[in-house]
Amino acid sequence: MAYNCVVMVKQVPDTQKITGQAMNEDGTVNRAALPAIFNPEDLNALEMALQIKEKLGGKVTVVTMGLPTAANVLRDSLYRGADEAILITDRKAAASDTLATSYIIGCAVRKLDYDIVLCGRQAIDGDTAQVGPQLAEKLGITQITYVEELLGLEGKDILVQRNVGNGWQQVKAKLPVLLTVTGDANEPRVTAAKKLMKYKNARTSIEVSGEIKAENPHADEVELAELTERKCKQLDENGMLIKVWDLDFLEADLNWCGRSGSPTKVHRIQSVVLTAKESREVEPTTAGISDMVHELIKDKTIA
Amino acid sequence: MANFYKDNDDIKFLFNHIDLGVLSELMEEKYRFAKEFDYAPANAEEAKTNYQMVLDSLGQLSGDFIAARAEDVDRQGNTLNEDGSVSYADGIAEDLEKLAKAEVMGFTLPHRFGGLNFPNLIYSMAIEMVSRADASLMNIFGLQGIAETLNSFASEEIKQQYLHDFSAGKVTGAMVLTEPDAGSDLQAVKVKAYQDEDGNWLLHGVKRFITNGCGEVLLVMARSEADRTGGLGLSLFVCGQGPTVHIRRLEDKLGIHGSPTCEIFFDNTPCQLVGERQRGLVKYVMALMNGARIGIAGQSLGIAEATYRIARDYAASRKQFGTAIENFPAVKDMLIEMKIATEAGRSLLYETSRAVDMLIGYEKIEELNPPQDKQELKAIKNQSRKYKRLAAMLTPMSKYYCSEMSNTISYDAIQVLGGSGYMRDYACERHARDARITTIYEGTSQLQVVAAVRGVCSGTAEKYLTELADKKYNSELKDCLEKLTEGTDALKKSIVFVKKNGNDYMDLYGRALVDIAIDLILGYLFCEQASSDFDMQIPISAANGKADENTISMKQRKAMIAKRFISKNAPKIMALSELVCSGDKSSFTDYSSLVNPLVTE
Repeated sequence: MAYNCVVMVKQVPDTQKITGQAMNEDGTVNRAALPAIFNPEDLNALEMALQIKEKLGGKVTVVTMGLPTAANVLRDSLYRGADEAILITDRKAAASDTLATSYIIGCAVRKLDYDIVLCGRQAIDGDTAQVGPQLAEKLGITQITYVEELLGLEGKDILVQRNVGNGWQQVKAKLPVLLTVTGDANEPRVTAAKKLMKYKNARTSIEVSGEIKAENPHADEVELAELTERKCKQLDENGMLIKVWDLDFLEADLNWCGRSGSPTKVHRIQSVVLTAKESREVEPTTAGISDMVHELIKDKTIA
Repeated sequence: MANFYKDNDDIKFLFNHIDLGVLSELMEEKYRFAKEFDYAPANAEEAKTNYQMVLDSLGQLSGDFIAARAEDVDRQGNTLNEDGSVSYADGIAEDLEKLAKAEVMGFTLPHRFGGLNFPNLIYSMAIEMVSRADASLMNIFGLQGIAETLNSFASEEIKQQYLHDFSAGKVTGAMVLTEPDAGSDLQAVKVKAYQDEDGNWLLHGVKRFITNGCGEVLLVMARSEADRTGGLGLSLFVCGQGPTVHIRRLEDKLGIHGSPTCEIFFDNTPCQLVGERQRGLVKYVMALMNGARIGIAGQSLGIAEATYRIARDYAASRKQFGTAIENFPAVKDMLIEMKIATEAGRSLLYETSRAVDMLIGYEKIEELNPPQDKQELKAIKNQSRKYKRLAAMLTPMSKYYCSEMSNTISYDAIQVLGGSGYMRDYACERHARDARITTIYEGTSQLQVVAAVRGVCSGTAEKYLTELADKKYNSELKDCLEKLTEGTDALKKSIVFVKKNGNDYMDLYGRALVDIAIDLILGYLFCEQASSDFDMQIPISAANGKADENTISMKQRKAMIAKRFISKNAPKIMALSELVCSGDKSSFTDYSSLVNPLVTE
């Protein structure tokens, strides 16, 4: 039996490359100072979906919500083997917290035919791990979080192993289901040569419009719109048009979107600077380890 | 997170320095495939973007995934199972799966078989990166010449049967040539190929030292003409694994532990003839071996790059006598020499690969679309003749130079690390063990010299050097160019002397002659790079060994390299030339007195 997988991905600032300019004065992330990358655990979710497709057949659709530049992670998904890519972008969706985000992407996923929704465990910019579970609630489907391994998929039954912190749990569920996948689940594949060569020319209508404008500096609005439409049609015929959905298209209730749909208020931001001190060597013996553990309990590093 | 393409400024520089537009136009036959295949490029710019994107992706796979497994692969090695099957080291199996998904197992194969149709030059870059991550994996990734040989010489039926699977990474291959009594001397091959009553071909006999002999597709050279000794009695066959193919043992080797080296017994194995009878060695295997030699040069280069980097890092962090050891003159000099030697090897390998691509391109035009105009046709024929000679000389030169350089550098890297380098805690010892085979297989250095010296003494080298000398260079390189002219004169003088003394004398001093020619060619290649149309800024090394805020132009840096390389080699060239012209034949006349007799009990 073939399965339709929808993978939720996010373009995030590369927090591994933090420098002094990483935070704005108001405590928000300065996205301009950091390179934008594919959220690492979303790659694990995508890999799991691609493996399901390769083994059992079906389709992998990748969805992201973000700025128009998030088309880059969608192209990246196509390079790795996704069949379709959808960008949700809308100014009215700006400043959405996890609740508003899960509402909006829920509206989008509902428009798709899906058996399994896969999300990365969490994004490295916010580290909340909330969007996946909230999305499952919005869709009213079963959620299994912290998935490390897909053990079985047959008919309408899925069996996975999840990490519960102090051990592992095997969970069996009926489809449809939403999984959040951890970084230990697999080693994501790299982009594939022929797909790179093909999909490097895939574009969203927004990108096409920008490129047409740059190429035709003297054209008026009408001409630009015409050229853009023609180019988009051509891309679409070749399967190279990345879909763009906005809130109107999703028929989303604007009260649930953007700032008005976001109850989260940032109370205070604290800049924590970790400074390395000198290292200490612990004897690799039972006594040595025991002393270290006791010391860590004493200074409350571990509870 | 490492990317072996992105972190290598020299590869990136050469990628932009070399005219890839000419190559892509030849490979893509004026971009006529774009209509038929949605991933084929429509113009030079797109082709270049494709090359660069694929190298970037493979660079990431090499840096992140393959390199991380190399140490375990080296320790684990391969296993010959009781049922006669072979299991790769876990890491190699995982690497191959990822390479297949990356769609890079049909690098040079035509689009119609699912290949990328990339030039050999880009393939050489890829082989270098993969080998830097795990040299032993190259013996499978870098064996794509097997598929290429089928593509060049086999029937359409055989091509359809195998090539799609090669591109998809579903199968790997082996060149099944060597036998216990036929190593360098392949004319002595004894494995028998015979036909049954229905005309079906069967193989019988033992092959030894077969790299990846457990691969799914075996390209076997065998004696099809029972009454004929020598090369003309040999034909090429293809077969798969099966109940009549017995892997009898895996060799226990010094290095490249991830690459299984098999002894195979063919017990009347059904097979198919590739191409025509009797052309197995003289045409097909010669073509196969030339590709494989370029592959080994790339492997050697990858090992050198990997081990140099460890030495460079260590020299910056290891403190003795109160300072980093890179501050001692002897260590400084070693590091510079190592770095320049890798760049020299890369220059020669890329130039060779380019010549091979030009040859393939022109031969294709001659064969498929010969121009109607006689003058044009003549020009094309002249080009392919020129590149044929050049490729025939540069290929053994690259294999010889890169493999010897790789060995020198991997020993020097251990030296820089001192006692730590001798321990298995660092990868240097693995690199040295892996490098050791490169001067031996696919033709020893001694055989490469025999092949290259023919080109040096037959006018190819002189013509090529003249062509190089006639190019436009920056004026600051005037002194360098003068020294190269003097060197070329010394080479010419040596060649005249050698020719008067016969073939044996030429082989006796072959290495010296080839060394002179390579040093001159490299001198010009560095000057060309220093005069490139392309330039980029790269960081210089700060006092702590890290990247400094200040940068230097790559062209400026290449000019520094050219000056140092050429001025240091000038006296060496003169000394070698003097040696060649000494007329000393004591190796022939005094051999029996100088070596001791065998001890018999």
